[in-house]
Amino acid sequence: MLEVYGVSKRFDGFTAVDQVNFAIGRGEIAAVIGPNGAGKSTFFNLITGHLRPDAGRIVLKERDITGAPPHRICLMGMGRSFQRTNIFPKLTVFENVQAAFITHRRRGANFWGLSERLYRTETQALLASLGLTDKGDTLSGALSHGNQKQVELGIALACDPEILLLDEPTAGMSAAETRETIRLLERIAAERGLTLLFTEHDMEVVFSIAQKIAVLHQGRLIAEGSPEAVQQNADVRRVYLGERH
Amino acid sequence: MRRIPWTVVVFIAGLAVPLLGSRFYTFVASDIVIVSLFAMSLNLLLGYTGLVSFGHAAYFGIGAYTCALLMKSANAPFLPSLLGAGLMAGAFALLFGFFCVRLTRIYFAMLTLAFAQIVWAICFKWNDVTGGEQGLPNVPYPDMAWMGALPILGQFRVGDHFYLSALSIVALCFAALRRIVDSPFGRVLTVIRDNPERAQFIGVNVRAYQLAAFVLAGFFAGISGGLFGIFNRGVFPDFAFWTKSAEPLIMTILGGMGSFWGPAVGAAAFIVLNQQITSFTEYWPLTMGTVLIVLLFVFPGGIAGTLMSLVARLRLRTKAEIPSADAPELVKPNA
Repeated sequence: MLEVYGVSKRFDGFTAVDQVNFAIGRGEIAAVIGPNGAGKSTFFNLITGHLRPDAGRIVLKERDITGAPPHRICLMGMGRSFQRTNIFPKLTVFENVQAAFITHRRRGANFWGLSERLYRTETQALLASLGLTDKGDTLSGALSHGNQKQVELGIALACDPEILLLDEPTAGMSAAETRETIRLLERIAAERGLTLLFTEHDMEVVFSIAQKIAVLHQGRLIAEGSPEAVQQNADVRRVYLGERH
Repeated sequence: MRRIPWTVVVFIAGLAVPLLGSRFYTFVASDIVIVSLFAMSLNLLLGYTGLVSFGHAAYFGIGAYTCALLMKSANAPFLPSLLGAGLMAGAFALLFGFFCVRLTRIYFAMLTLAFAQIVWAICFKWNDVTGGEQGLPNVPYPDMAWMGALPILGQFRVGDHFYLSALSIVALCFAALRRIVDSPFGRVLTVIRDNPERAQFIGVNVRAYQLAAFVLAGFFAGISGGLFGIFNRGVFPDFAFWTKSAEPLIMTILGGMGSFWGPAVGAAAFIVLNQQITSFTEYWPLTMGTVLIVLLFVFPGGIAGTLMSLVARLRLRTKAEIPSADAPELVKPNA
């Protein structure tokens, strides 16, 4: 599905991501973990085209997407959510999700139709599956943090992705909201046959749903494999898990 | 209770202005109608796409010169000249916008200003074509003899005839603008305004859409400029000067950029205030500045925004189901 070959990114001499190799197969659920500043967000931004790698290649569905602009990568079937909630605050919840349907299905250039009438049923159905039906007419900027995260997930799903990158999907959520979000993600991934790649601070979340874990430390990939293998890995225990115990 | 179609009411009231029989009222009404199109065209960028242009007068000026030159020097008929004005302004917006949308925020604004000053300098210096500092005086009124043959319109003056055609053209432009902001394209613009970074990752080519909005705004500013040149009976370099770019910005803030009609309301308020205040005192800019400061602090939604939230509040109170404190949230900005 997605392969990353020897990707590096430097900022003013500081190497944020250093020759990382990584691959995720169709339908897999994988997590990228690592302490703060390990390069997780940079790694994501390289994959989604927000940053251009200094070296290496990124391949999505057998097509080279290195250096392609974000909107093109998105149209090729990649969705993403951001670490800091990233929605359209002055539009209603319904309009947020509907806008994603409009743009992803390339109807945005139509400047003579009525946007209001487009993809109403699709939007309603998606809002229902996220449990946001009764919030449809609320300005999304006025919602609680947890609800905004759900809206963001809705925006990502409206783009009908084959692979979804989630940067800290449960950041700032209460324990109950976190559990709910995890269940929701698992259900949606199963229903749609989604490939999921996410970063996460919460190790409970990571070990509960990831089938594969990659560990970044100071920009370098120090371990990769099944949750059990990563947990046993001596390097990981020393630099990462060890810090917490 | 059915909603009152306010736009139709205002349009009919506008059509009735010449019936008052006053040269002065027709003059003020023409000014308002034409300039409100200028302000509304800017709001496509400001309120809908989230782009602050400090150089919108460039397209107003280009439209004014194009229309005047076509009608005066080439003896072209009115409507094709006006369309030419819009297209020429749109073409320049495409050229300048191509560079401007590569920058963001204040850098974008500064580059629009720079291009506008270049346009102004060319208008000011190119004596052979633009008349230089002297401008192009005596732009002819379009031939509206056919209107004189109609029953009620026959009694009106030439200025009234021109006012009625300007009103109709501007009304058509407003209808087109409404259509554009309600379209899927318009929705994409609001998405970019709210969050350009996220917009990219729902598959939006942000720069391409910003450029399209820039060209459309330039086109309508050009139409407005073309009409204004005729109304003003002359076209001068300061049509493209930076102070002219500030006017639609002030009008939009005055009227409220959060609502579709805000800039038109602001244009009307600006022109009427200007007329009224200059008849009392020469300190018109001082008064306008004070009004703006008060407005920004007390009514940040502008005149139209404040009225709309007031209406929403009243509606709620009559329903008396939801506490009125929730009312402001019901007013959606430009969605």
